[in-house]
Amino acid sequence: MSAKFAVRDLDVFYGRKQALRKVSLEIPEHQITALIGPSGCGKSSFLRCLNRMNDTIPNSRITGQAFLDERDIYGTDMDVVELRRRVGMVFQRPNPFPQSIYDNVAFGPRVLGARQFGRLDEVVETSLRGASLWDEVKDVLHHNALSLSLGQQQRLCIARVIAVRPEVILMDEPASALDPIATLKIEDLMHALVEDYTIIIVTHNMQQAARVSEQTAFFMVDDDQVGVLVEYGPTREIFTHPRDARTEGYVTGRFG
Amino acid sequence: MNRHAIQRLGFGLLGFVALVVVIPIVLIIALIVVRGAGAISWEFLTTMPYDGMKAGGIFPAIVGTLLLTMGTAVVSIPIGVGGAIYLSEYAKDTWLTRAIRLALVNLSGVPSVVYGLFGLGLFVLFLRMGTSILAGSLTLAIMTLPVIISTSEEALRAVPMEFRTVSASLGGTRWQGIRHVVLPQATSGIITGILLGLLRAGGETAPILFTVAAFYLPKLPTSPLDPVMALPYHLYVVSTQVPGMPPQMQYGTALVLLVLVLSMNVVSSLIRSYFRRRRQW
Repeated sequence: MSAKFAVRDLDVFYGRKQALRKVSLEIPEHQITALIGPSGCGKSSFLRCLNRMNDTIPNSRITGQAFLDERDIYGTDMDVVELRRRVGMVFQRPNPFPQSIYDNVAFGPRVLGARQFGRLDEVVETSLRGASLWDEVKDVLHHNALSLSLGQQQRLCIARVIAVRPEVILMDEPASALDPIATLKIEDLMHALVEDYTIIIVTHNMQQAARVSEQTAFFMVDDDQVGVLVEYGPTREIFTHPRDARTEGYVTGRFG
Repeated sequence: MNRHAIQRLGFGLLGFVALVVVIPIVLIIALIVVRGAGAISWEFLTTMPYDGMKAGGIFPAIVGTLLLTMGTAVVSIPIGVGGAIYLSEYAKDTWLTRAIRLALVNLSGVPSVVYGLFGLGLFVLFLRMGTSILAGSLTLAIMTLPVIISTSEEALRAVPMEFRTVSASLGGTRWQGIRHVVLPQATSGIITGILLGLLRAGGETAPILFTVAAFYLPKLPTSPLDPVMALPYHLYVVSTQVPGMPPQMQYGTALVLLVLVLSMNVVSSLIRSYFRRRRQW
């Protein structure tokens, strides 16, 4: 088992405010890693460092190091655009483009040059199958994506990410806008996807972290209101034998 | 007076005020249609004027206005839309972009006759274009640019930020996001802005007065460096400069100008509603 990501002493700042301090951890390949913690603890900020989506926020700044397959994500030779193709992202609110289901999935391959991805119809079908959505939408591929239910929209967003063949899928609270049934479908899907992808999920929902993930990282703010990584390890240990009192307090529901 | 009566009175007053806005436009159209419709004939639309413009048609003025509008479009659309994309998508908030925005606001407030004088000074005289379609189109284009840029920029900004983020997260460059997500979503607003700008250009008199418009020409233009007759200026001429002009022809000319301008307005509304039906965010 090798580390997909290696992060060392990562600090994140937005303007003068520090959001994360000295985060170090290694995220294994082909596993689901959950990032949990109360609101504002910096777990989403951490996630967005891994595909440099923080770059798009004005005045954001990081120090420390982050490596993807031992290559420096913030190195001068890193092609940010290619990095984001390799490290895909699913957002909190399902956000398909107001276009057809087909066009949504085909978006990435079309924009990036369809040739390297194979025949478009096949890419669309494989991606939708990969996101467990094909059987529900195969007859309405040219309907507007916004006519789907929220849960279907979120799986469509996952299909849209799969279509550009990433290695990692970052999920930022992907089920928080969904009902329990739709949430369950996303979780089942994650179990299926982890065969082919490395998945990192930010979640508010501790049961969800316990259900889906192999590794769990617990973030919290310290006394200066700066996010820190409190504890990181196999999910079972974090939930049954946490070493840190703050972790125990959080996972047993005493706060957060 | 109880509060329901006050409310009724208030709504009544507001309704009356709204009606006041409608009355002039209805009266203008009615007056021009009633007095001018009799002049409209195939001959009026397609023949040259003769007998000191007191007889014949207004064909060269129609052609001139169409040519000028097209010339304005060719110059102002690429510059306007390009500028709007830059301001909305790329420009950071620096003194330079603030200066550009300030210039745009001020440009749209400049009286049209000043554009005319500017065009005369720069294009006609300094750049030696003479009174020509080229000089007139460029002058009208400068006048139209602020309208196109500000409406297009607004349309681009109305596209949710999220779409750009998603495009970036899929490995698209910023330009690919603009080209494939932002522009398609903003098309209707941009086209509306372009048409509104061109509409104004087509109906203006002052900017073409010194730069292109001819009092009377016996033939159609053969090159962009020729002057042309144009509807708004022709209307001014036949209304004030030609003694003994039949009123029906004056109103007929006004009617043609009005129909051209209003039809562009209708087209822009149709385009807008077509795209709005397809847009669903």
